[in-house]
Amino acid sequence: MANVFVNGRFIGVAPEAQKIVNMIRDGRRTGKFSDQTNVAYHFNSDEVIIVTDSGRVRRPLVIVQNGKPKLQQADIDKLRKGEINWSDLLKTGVIEYLDAEEEENAYIALRESNLTTQHTHLELNPAIILGLSASFVPYPEHNRGDRVNYGAKMVGQSIGLFATNYLLRADSKSNVMIYPQEPLVQTYMHTSQEFIEHPNGMNVVMAFGSFEGYNMEDAIVINKNSIERGLLWSYMYRTYEAEQKRYMGGQEDVIGIPSPNVRGYAGEDAYKHLPEDGIINPETKVNSDDILIARTSPLRFLGTMDQFITGIENIRETSVALRHGDEGIVDRVFVSETIDGTKLIKIVVRDPKIPEIGDKLASRHGQKGVIAIVVPQEDMPFSEDGTVPDIVFNSHSIPSRMTMGQLLEVIAAKVAALSGKPIFAPAFGGVPEEQLRSSLKKLGYKEDGKETMYEGRGGRRLSSQIFMGCCFYKKLDHLVSNKIHARSRGPVTLLTKQPTEGRSKEGGLRLGEMEKDVLIAHGAALTLKERFDSDKTLVPICTKCGMVATNDRIRNTKICPLDGESNIVDVEMSYAFKLMLDELKSMLIYQKVVVGEE
Amino acid sequence: MSEESQTSYSDKLPNKFMEQIEEVAKTKRLNKEQKGKLTEEVIKVMEERKFEPGEVIGIITAQSISEPSTQMTMRTYHFAGTAGMKVTYGLPRLMEIFDAKKELETPMMTILLKKDFNNVETAKKLAEYIVEKKLAAITKSVSLNLNDMTIEVELTDKKRENSVAKIIKEFVKDVDAKPVRDKIVITPRTELDIKELQKVKDKAMNVKIEGISGVQNAVVRREGEDWIINTIGTDLDSVIKLKDVDEKRTISNDIYEVAKVFGIEAARNVIMVEALKTLQEQGLDVDVRYIMLVGDIMTFSGEVNSIGRYGVAGSKTSILARAAFEETIKHLVRASIRNEADEFKGIFENVMIGQVIPSGTGMFDLIAKREEQS
Repeated sequence: MANVFVNGRFIGVAPEAQKIVNMIRDGRRTGKFSDQTNVAYHFNSDEVIIVTDSGRVRRPLVIVQNGKPKLQQADIDKLRKGEINWSDLLKTGVIEYLDAEEEENAYIALRESNLTTQHTHLELNPAIILGLSASFVPYPEHNRGDRVNYGAKMVGQSIGLFATNYLLRADSKSNVMIYPQEPLVQTYMHTSQEFIEHPNGMNVVMAFGSFEGYNMEDAIVINKNSIERGLLWSYMYRTYEAEQKRYMGGQEDVIGIPSPNVRGYAGEDAYKHLPEDGIINPETKVNSDDILIARTSPLRFLGTMDQFITGIENIRETSVALRHGDEGIVDRVFVSETIDGTKLIKIVVRDPKIPEIGDKLASRHGQKGVIAIVVPQEDMPFSEDGTVPDIVFNSHSIPSRMTMGQLLEVIAAKVAALSGKPIFAPAFGGVPEEQLRSSLKKLGYKEDGKETMYEGRGGRRLSSQIFMGCCFYKKLDHLVSNKIHARSRGPVTLLTKQPTEGRSKEGGLRLGEMEKDVLIAHGAALTLKERFDSDKTLVPICTKCGMVATNDRIRNTKICPLDGESNIVDVEMSYAFKLMLDELKSMLIYQKVVVGEE
Repeated sequence: MSEESQTSYSDKLPNKFMEQIEEVAKTKRLNKEQKGKLTEEVIKVMEERKFEPGEVIGIITAQSISEPSTQMTMRTYHFAGTAGMKVTYGLPRLMEIFDAKKELETPMMTILLKKDFNNVETAKKLAEYIVEKKLAAITKSVSLNLNDMTIEVELTDKKRENSVAKIIKEFVKDVDAKPVRDKIVITPRTELDIKELQKVKDKAMNVKIEGISGVQNAVVRREGEDWIINTIGTDLDSVIKLKDVDEKRTISNDIYEVAKVFGIEAARNVIMVEALKTLQEQGLDVDVRYIMLVGDIMTFSGEVNSIGRYGVAGSKTSILARAAFEETIKHLVRASIRNEADEFKGIFENVMIGQVIPSGTGMFDLIAKREEQS
């Protein structure tokens, strides 16, 4: 007696479990039950599990009976002609979807040639074992598994044409590649997912070898002229927003250049580039911290004295400025309304990102690298027929990582570039190496892809043959211009008087706990003190009671709240410690600072 | 032959160095004068290697042990598919040692035999003898007789019924046990319901029949001349009382047990040996002297202290340093109630308030100021 569960709930027992399971499966294939039903019989626990609920991952498989797939050549031909479609195959019980539960009962053949009478299903194609992004890797079966994984990960970071309507969109941040290309070596995914509409990289000519050590440790040597011809250029779009909010009591924000007597007025120069309405014009070049939308807001919390101060209005400057560290050109300006009817302004700033030293590039095989040098074309090595590579890739990146797929892609892409037809290389079904070799030979090149090359600067022939071909390269969203950061002096946080954190706030780099230990271990006591002096303050301390005294600036005296004008000395300490003393006081802990002699 | 020279240097050099010098002197046939020179040279080198005042050995030790340990983390959990005795390796074991855990994941003993008994037969016999055997291990089947409310136990070895029954009678409360027709029948003396009978059954199955309690497994192994018994589970106190066991060489990996049985110096040695062994198993090269320092710090008070909030770190003198580590409120409140003072003599407190730390280049002060030149 098998226990029967539907969607995890026990509903009863069945005397002949296999019979019930078969009945449900037949019903599903003939259309009696929904094709989204899955059923499994677990022999060990004697349970029948039926699942119909949402949120399961399911995949299509060809049904096999008596060692013969139900999908016949005739069906495929009909599909090609458009006489039937996918759901027809589903309805007629040729194909069905299995979930993780029912897969336990299935015996799935990877290829049609492997079929035996025991098989229950056939894989549509062996390449289906890979997911969306891993399917973009050509010749993946020739790579070590982890490299395919890395390659798939980096697809998600690549800059490409993410949407064809990007000019109408106002994403808060987006990157768009200029003139992206269709890869020379493609997989099923490139055709089925309309990759041509959304390409994410460009084909480059790459040579394998070293270039004066500039491509050590995965660094990339890139041709300056290639960049100037438009290789891997992209735009970064960033959207800034300002709303003309209404507040209680009839007050509202004002968009427009503020008058000089407004709190936080940034000075005449800061508003010089703005037109009268305070909203920046398209095609204006803007730099870091430039104001895009000038705006003033009413002060919401008035201090006790504020209302009596004349000359300064009770409004505050709340302009929207370009992010710190960014620059670019104003691309589009949208003036619109929110649902509440307030004025809404969106400004899209475009920043052209030309490949430069420090930008991250990657091929599709988990071979990533950072541009280390930009070499003028005349200094690059060239081949017999005058081809100059776009990229010099270090051959040492290959043996330890065993990405043979990369090498195959290079040869395949070379054939594709020379013959003018893209080459097809999905998982387990790529154009074989022998075929590539013979095509290369037919095209008048050496069959192993190697070429005689000459050194660019002296024109001497290189003593070894250089492997050269084409490859699809992606530009990844880790551009130096978005990350470069340094600080000598800068803003501090109000509470602790310590430097701010993060690039956007012009922050400092923290010397952390472990770094501190290193300085201590070296005995560098004074260096350590200097490093931690960022928030040093002089605190007046009463020598009698040991508490923090006050500094009366008007009378130029120091007064202890407890002992009056007693002996008060200034003690140097970190502001954070002074804060801790204050906090201890608030917890009613009397902290007495005993001051020693200087 | 050179008694005096040895005694005059022995307070300057550790015993091991003296032994090695003696050995070199013997093999190279050095005369008294040459040997004296060698010893002086060794002393000179040793003095040079000593830490200087102001060198923060604590932090250097911590870094020297913890940096290699970070590499260990990644390797430790990759022991898929290994058969054999399950032993705690790597970082978990290292944490066990430094945290001075009371209950080890795999407590182990290494038992060595006395000279007269150092042979396979004795070792195997002993290994057999010390493994704890519970009733469950020697039973073929157990059943509850609900008619008479008794428990019937069938042993694999029928000959032992009498002795086993006696043990059950002795160690299980309020029951009678006697062999009846190939079975031991356990009868409770009071009236019980089924649930309670079940409990009695569980208790009876857990009764130790023979061996040393806690010892789960014992393997005999040969190392050079010696026959060694490795066990899982420890009870040093009972093992060293056995007549075959060499109590001078038998040891456990349980720090507390060793401290109790052999004393604190032995516990310090166990900490050092175990920590070093764990690190070396992972192919990490950490100098012994760092481990020695840790061993010293953990045991110098006379009892085993962990490196942590209740041990070494919790016994820092500075209130602020303790408060900054763990249990901030506890330390601050306690200090304020007791009117404690922080002397600001340690490193951490001084970093906190932004003063020069009293170590390295910062530990020296001018005692007298030179007179100002007019």
